[in-house]
Amino acid sequence: MLILLSAGTAFCDTAAPAPSPTPAAAVAAPAPKVDTGDTSWVLISAALVMLMTPGLAFFYGGLVRRKNMLSVLMQCLMILCLISLQWVLFGYSLSFGPDHRSLIGGLDWSFLRNVGLTPNADYAPTIPHQLFMMFQMMFAVITPALIIGAFAERMRFSAFCIFILLWATIVYDPVAHWVWGVGGFIRNWGALDFAGGTVVHINAGMTALAAALVLGRRQGYPDGISPPHNLPFAVLGASLLWFGWFGFNAGSALGAGGLAVSAFTVTHIAAATAGLAWGLLDWLKHKKPTTLGVITGMVAGLVAITPASGFVDPMGAIWIGIGAGVIPWFAVTYFKNLLGYDDTLDAFGVHGVGGIWGAIATGIWATKTVNPAGNDGLLYGNPALLWIQIKAVAVTVVYSFVVGIVLLKAVDIVMKLRISEHEERVGLDLTQHREAAYTIID
Amino acid sequence: MKYIIAVIQPDRLDEVLKRLTEKEIHLVTVSNVVGRGRQKGIAEVYRGHKEQGSLLRKVQIEIAVNEAFVEPAIKAIIDGARTGQIGDGKIFVIDLPECIRIRTGEKGNDAIG
Repeated sequence: MLILLSAGTAFCDTAAPAPSPTPAAAVAAPAPKVDTGDTSWVLISAALVMLMTPGLAFFYGGLVRRKNMLSVLMQCLMILCLISLQWVLFGYSLSFGPDHRSLIGGLDWSFLRNVGLTPNADYAPTIPHQLFMMFQMMFAVITPALIIGAFAERMRFSAFCIFILLWATIVYDPVAHWVWGVGGFIRNWGALDFAGGTVVHINAGMTALAAALVLGRRQGYPDGISPPHNLPFAVLGASLLWFGWFGFNAGSALGAGGLAVSAFTVTHIAAATAGLAWGLLDWLKHKKPTTLGVITGMVAGLVAITPASGFVDPMGAIWIGIGAGVIPWFAVTYFKNLLGYDDTLDAFGVHGVGGIWGAIATGIWATKTVNPAGNDGLLYGNPALLWIQIKAVAVTVVYSFVVGIVLLKAVDIVMKLRISEHEERVGLDLTQHREAAYTIID
Repeated sequence: MKYIIAVIQPDRLDEVLKRLTEKEIHLVTVSNVVGRGRQKGIAEVYRGHKEQGSLLRKVQIEIAVNEAFVEPAIKAIIDGARTGQIGDGKIFVIDLPECIRIRTGEKGNDAIG
């Protein structure tokens, strides 16, 4: 993320460092100094990204059946608690701590040792290091929460907790290090991932596919499953996601300058375009535009623009948005039915497929006119970037799918992943949490 | 004419409706109900406060049929709703003295189908 940062500061309108009094000091790099504008924006962004996890909870919650509503909210909130602590204890250090063989960060920063209130020049030279850690924590939280979409309505809560902790430690933290950590090998290739297309969306999306395959279909799938129990909640959730995504993408500039504005703009454009595109495809195929289709398209657009958001211009964002409306639409409408897996809420179809599209599209539409610290893509005369992006996608796809399967199988052997047939019929709210989301009488 | 009332597991509804359609029984009224049979409810806990023996959610299906359709309807409901586990529900069949279609004013056997 160093590249992004230097760009972020380049765009900032803050005063240049005072002229150095001696020639010797002029040669040395200026000491990192906290910028209050940058700090304010990243503080707000961290809070915006935090809100995405409850937003996702309502997006997913509205789409499940009434009897499983609380279980989805609960899983999202439990991840917020669990992974926040995991991040503080050792997760942040594994992801961003001093590099070991380009594969993993060490434990030097575990328990937040050496993560203080002065900036870390490698990651974010104008904001306190601790703020960078908090901002990244919110990404570490929402990523495993995305996987819930694939195994919703049929996973035991205890097995879920263990799986999520293992996944965060063995899949998320290393992949974050490869792509974003100083010394990480994918970062060293020069792959571009502004806000988490590979780390967040492909990563979660591929393990989601693994989960759908390992857990198997819900009873009665596909014909005996009731429709979403509360679409207004899903609309509320998708809207909160869009809102929070400004923090996700524009916050990833790690400063309050031109780059943040550019990321803000293209994020909005891609979401709008993809929502429209998905709605139109539904209109063509089903004769009516559907609410669920439009909000799914919005989310797919946000997913796809994520890796590209610091590198593409508004026209690039429109093309990425169109692709995000069309490609995941085919994945969800045809591919899923063809293969017959039960990805309950299309976590793979939207985040996996949308994420892969976004990462590849970054290699097509990226341009240095937006971000001199980025790179030019295929359309700007540099096909090499496209190849690097494809390699980064391939590594992430294989790693998170294979390790996802291994982890799920391991947890299954030790403690059984899936609830009993009877519990599935009664619903997770009552059987896993002894609560009901809604009463019928009073 | 008979009036059939069946209380079944909510997740079996789609299957039951499918079986009824196969027997050409299309007119059905469905409602959400809560109730308690031998299965008993599951105790819920809210901030440590236990809600004892809460009622379980079921789905109630009501069908009015002519005599010839009574047995096919019962068979369709059983085939669709039976899981073999406790809580599968019950079917009640009662005599239906009259039936009137509001739009046409038809009565009895003509009005029912």
